[in-house]
Amino acid sequence: MIRAVNIKKSFDGVEVLKGISTIFEKGKTNLIIGRSGAGKTVFLKLLVTLMQPTEGEIWYGDVNVTNLNKRQLIDLRKDIGMLFQGSALFDSLTVEENIRFPLDMFTRKTKKEKQERVDEMIEVVNLEGSNDKYPGEISGGMQKRVGIARSIVLNPKYLFCDEPNSGLDPKTSLVIDELIQTITRENQITTIINTHDMNSVMEIGEKINLLHMGKLAWVGNKDEVVENENELLQNFIFASPFLQRLRKQALGK
Amino acid sequence: MILSFFYNLGRFVNLFRLMLSKPERVSMYWKETVRQMNDIGIGSLMIIGLIALFIGAVAAMQFAYQLGNTFVPMYYTGYVVRDMTIMELAPTITCLVLAGKVGSNIAAELGGMRQNEQIDALEIMGVNTASYLIAPKLVAALVVIPLLVAISAFVSIIGGFLAVVPTGMITESEYVLGLRLFFVPYTVFMMFVKSIVFAFIVAALPAYQGYYVKGGSIELGKASTNAVVYCDIAILLADYIIALMMT
Repeated sequence: MIRAVNIKKSFDGVEVLKGISTIFEKGKTNLIIGRSGAGKTVFLKLLVTLMQPTEGEIWYGDVNVTNLNKRQLIDLRKDIGMLFQGSALFDSLTVEENIRFPLDMFTRKTKKEKQERVDEMIEVVNLEGSNDKYPGEISGGMQKRVGIARSIVLNPKYLFCDEPNSGLDPKTSLVIDELIQTITRENQITTIINTHDMNSVMEIGEKINLLHMGKLAWVGNKDEVVENENELLQNFIFASPFLQRLRKQALGK
Repeated sequence: MILSFFYNLGRFVNLFRLMLSKPERVSMYWKETVRQMNDIGIGSLMIIGLIALFIGAVAAMQFAYQLGNTFVPMYYTGYVVRDMTIMELAPTITCLVLAGKVGSNIAAELGGMRQNEQIDALEIMGVNTASYLIAPKLVAALVVIPLLVAISAFVSIIGGFLAVVPTGMITESEYVLGLRLFFVPYTVFMMFVKSIVFAFIVAALPAYQGYYVKGGSIELGKASTNAVVYCDIAILLADYIIALMMT
């Protein structure tokens, strides 16, 4: 579980986050949604300890991570996996080497054990046959899957995903969403996903945090989205006239 | 301007302080260092050899031409080419070329990694990125560049020979006599001192420029250009200081 307590963040005197308090639950896919400029990426970077808040605290279980020194942060980060928007794969390494990188860097497993774990990950993300390909030789969806495999290869307790579906077609997006949800449930990890994708909201939104202008505007889950009358939520989720008509039909109006 | 200089100097020193911390896994650093040695060394061998060959050839030819109507013995051509190459041309020209080839490559590689969030990905994994990304490049440069400079000096002297002996400007024995005349081993020591200092510049300044890139492709281009320009200035400045101190 991760807790954010009254998080504020300012850049050059401009307050981007204005006191956000929320809880991200273990074993659930926790979503952060909101319009561009709402502060989602900054919030995610604070949660993942790439930035320090101006005010407030972030707790990983019983540990306040806002006061950790460099060495403690490095230790903490071994429990964190992150899928980046652009996948952030290492260009000079093959698919297999990218996935094996954390194992090579942080574990003392034998070569055989590492290979077994890499093969297991490749099977989980359904990338058999792509072991020796370089990131530039595979599609965006496959790169995302390699990114997921690399982020979970060390069995992290916390998984962060920044726009996991950006640039992907709806079908591939569904595959990625299902994969993240399955991994989250099976490994009982705390997953936080920063997304714009409405399909993701409706499919895997077990806990949804809507940000608006640096504030938490709504918290709920995918089953509450259609019926809830929060204006900011409806304007964001059902932005187009087509989606608004669908919502009315769903509500029997 | 002065404030900016001290800001960058402080950040540069801090980056190197972080770089000097204990590696997470020595074998991974070694693997990366070997890759960098290959990129810098083997990747630059052809261009360095070509440039050295022509520099030696042109220096020998022009010096032999100038001696043509004087009472200075022609074997001085070999002597001048040897000393000029060892003391100045091989380390300085080689490293100026490497600043363009290797320096811009280091800045672009690290800058690209920063922009594609690969550095963030390493940070999240718990890797000390300053150390993992910069130390292997620095070590590789400090090992490989002095070797490249030595090869460059050797090829340059061969280039001088090929330019003036087969063309009949001077005889083979005159050129070889010149090469062996008044040889002071200290000049070779000076060449290696210069090449080590220049190697540090060629790896460290571009690494700093690339590591802290912010923004998009325009900023990356600027960082790459700045890396080369600052390297060239720093090499020439260091060359002057070393010459002042060691001669």
